[in-house]
Amino acid sequence: MAFVFTEEQEQFRDIVARFLRDTSPTVEVRRLMETDAGFDGGVWERLNSELGLSALHVPEALGGQGFSFVELGIVCEEMGRALLCAPYLSSAVLATDAILQAGDLGQQAELLPAMASGGRRGALAVTEPNGGWHAEAVETTATRNGAAYRLDGAKSFVIDGHTADFIVVVARERGSSGADGISFFTVAGDAPGLDRRLLETVDATRKQARLTFRGVPAEPLGEPGAGAPALERILVDAVTALASEMVGGAQQMLDSAIEYTKLRMQFGRAIGSFQAVKHKCADMLLEVELAKSAAYQAAAAVAEGAEDAPALASLAKAAASDTYLQAAADCIQLHGGIGFTWDNDTHLWFKRAKSSEVLFGDATHHRERMLEHWPE
Amino acid sequence: MSERSEAEVRAEVREWLEAHWDPDRPLVEWRNMLADTGWGVPHWPREWFGLGLPVPLSQAVDEEFAKQGAVGVAKAGIRHLAAATLLEHGDDFHKERFLRRILTGEDTWCQLFSEPGSGSDLAGATTRADFDGQQWVVNGQKVWTTSAHHAQYGLLLARTDWDVPKHQGLTYFVLDMEQPGVEVHQLRQMNGHASFNQVFFTDARIPPEYQVSETGNGWRVAMTTLAHERRGADGLRAHAFASERVGRIYEEEAREIATIMEPYKWYPQRAGRVDLVLPRARETSRLDDPVVRQEVAKLLTLVKSAEWTARRARAAQEQGRPQGPEGSLGKLAASHVARAAARVHTLISGADAMLSGDDGPLDGLIAEILVSVPATSIAGGTDEIQRNIIAERVLGMPKEPRMDTGPFRDVPRNVGSS
Ligand SMILES: Cc1cc2nc3c(=O)[nH]c(=O)nc-3n(C[C@H](O)[C@H](O)[C@H](O)COP(=O)(O)OP(=O)(O)OC[C@H]3O[C@@H](n4cnc5c(N)ncnc54)[C@H](O)[C@@H]3O)c2cc1C
Repeated sequence: MAFVFTEEQEQFRDIVARFLRDTSPTVEVRRLMETDAGFDGGVWERLNSELGLSALHVPEALGGQGFSFVELGIVCEEMGRALLCAPYLSSAVLATDAILQAGDLGQQAELLPAMASGGRRGALAVTEPNGGWHAEAVETTATRNGAAYRLDGAKSFVIDGHTADFIVVVARERGSSGADGISFFTVAGDAPGLDRRLLETVDATRKQARLTFRGVPAEPLGEPGAGAPALERILVDAVTALASEMVGGAQQMLDSAIEYTKLRMQFGRAIGSFQAVKHKCADMLLEVELAKSAAYQAAAAVAEGAEDAPALASLAKAAASDTYLQAAADCIQLHGGIGFTWDNDTHLWFKRAKSSEVLFGDATHHRERMLEHWPE
Repeated sequence: MSERSEAEVRAEVREWLEAHWDPDRPLVEWRNMLADTGWGVPHWPREWFGLGLPVPLSQAVDEEFAKQGAVGVAKAGIRHLAAATLLEHGDDFHKERFLRRILTGEDTWCQLFSEPGSGSDLAGATTRADFDGQQWVVNGQKVWTTSAHHAQYGLLLARTDWDVPKHQGLTYFVLDMEQPGVEVHQLRQMNGHASFNQVFFTDARIPPEYQVSETGNGWRVAMTTLAHERRGADGLRAHAFASERVGRIYEEEAREIATIMEPYKWYPQRAGRVDLVLPRARETSRLDDPVVRQEVAKLLTLVKSAEWTARRARAAQEQGRPQGPEGSLGKLAASHVARAAARVHTLISGADAMLSGDDGPLDGLIAEILVSVPATSIAGGTDEIQRNIIAERVLGMPKEPRMDTGPFRDVPRNVGSS
């Protein structure tokens, strides 16, 4: 397993970072988080036409660039750092991956080219109001009537679920339980019987929706009833991408703290010259570098399809959950009173850290998963 | 040397070992052969007992040695700090005289840096060296000197000028430990072992050719020694374990490990023995407890992340790229790992964590971990000093106001230091 990025990967990172510096300054983040859609259509278009980012890990045969989770991780890390408001995680990562993992070749060929170009946006609906991130917690049912299926139930925490062109929904066959009967479906965003409501969230920079299904017509994705392994795999990929995004945010919190403590004067000297402040920053650096190492290893493991990918993905998510929140809290602390104001930008990352901490399962959940999958 | 591929190097070393490796050869004779051919330290320069190979290829050579069960050069202990320092700063005389016997294991070394009055503040040393026209004459005291009771030579930092700022008045020497002016008293540590010592100098002598740095320029050389010591603390270093194989050379090596390596036998314990955590948690069924599972998982997350971080630093270095901040974090990470491991061992052992020796878990090994771990965050530079270095050098944070910038003679220091 490689421990350094290649020169090409570093150059790619620079390009993405430069694009995000231009398109996602905090004034933009603040403007978009007040809107219902939560993203800028023009930036989304450029992100796809100029950099092809939605196509990144889609196979070339399906209109993609054929890169791996390592490159995807780089993109997510930079987006997390810039706090980009865009349906990238929801559509380009989650829904795209769900189609790759659960769909058959025909369905992939039908759905992915339009998603890879950014023209159609998908969302992934797994979790329900009970908040569980695993097959057992799925209660939404699929009822078969001839060749047609109808869905009944409720999904929550669906990222960008209110704006997506279509939703990939995980449901279970009526009467099944546990990992049995888990099925994937696609549902049009404007399907009859589907109610979509934007949720009020702590983190306004990432929109979440609650979806209610009342006899909603749905197309099966892959073989109905046999979706549990794909769901497992999708969750591993999801936490890997999210961990990358989170360590990017944590790095930003460290950089912001260092910059401020070098400038702010008290007692006739920069507060960064006080040892209590230095030691906190040194500890932040250690924690952030450790969490980055974990995220990089998880991405590499997923890219290689390594056997220990589930354990490493959970390890990386547990590390990122603890580290990002701590870094954001430390960054506020080091800013003093101004750090607690709305005008100071730190809270934007703090809130992203807080919601990411529990998204797809919190650190405790993933530590347990990590041990269940531990290779030794 | 022309560029050689890993496969070529492996084939070459295998062939050489096939022709020469013989477990009944005397240890020193064998290691002299390694020094002559370069196979003992292939990453060292060709002129000095190596082959000039890049580090990854040198690891491949080590692996081939391990596969054959072939004994390598003497590596562990302070001698590798001496070797690294002399390779970088020594002249030809020093390299000729000292390096070979470091590799054969005939000489043991110690690091004469810390003093009763100056530990973290190493540049505040007050052990003095005065030139009498023919030789340097050393007076003063060092402390916490690991292995001094076995050592033939010491790496000495001594003050040669009291009228300049403290970093500019130090000189770096090699000191012959086996002379009348040097007295060594062993100190007992809180874990019962006695690996470090007090060392007293009364008119100890150093010939001029044993001076390593220019007069007054010893601090720079000491930094090299410390950098190697701290880099070694990132947890990737292997410890010497006696082999159970038969043959004269293995017996001689086992004797070396039992005597010269004796001061280091608790070092794996001071690092926390993470390797024992999962097996112990399973054997004791404590792994069924969800609280224990959480703590074990936290520890593994820390250990793995620290290991990957160290390997990122190493990989960048091997590719000749500038190391990122990850290169300076190993020692601090190792302290965290050691403390966390001790906590988890305690959690797993429950009330048995109170017992030591034959009554304690694993015949006292767990107890030895618990009472050895505190050394990790002190030896080789404390955690607080590491944080200062990271904040100022890596993060570029402003320095603290200092009270010790004038001539050393006028700097306030501990009562009792000369
Ligand atoms: C097992 C072991 C083996 C050792 N082997 C050797 C050896 O072989 N050779 C050798 O020369 N030395 C050796 N040492 C000594 C070791 O390097 C010193 O103990 C260490 O550097 C600390 O110095 P000190 O003991 O004088 O403590 P002090 O420097 O007095 O430190 C006391 C406390 O004050 C803190 N402190 C000091 N300065 C600062 C500062 N600027 N900012 C914040 N906090 C500060 C320290 O972090 C520490 O917590 C060994 C030590 C141990 C434990």
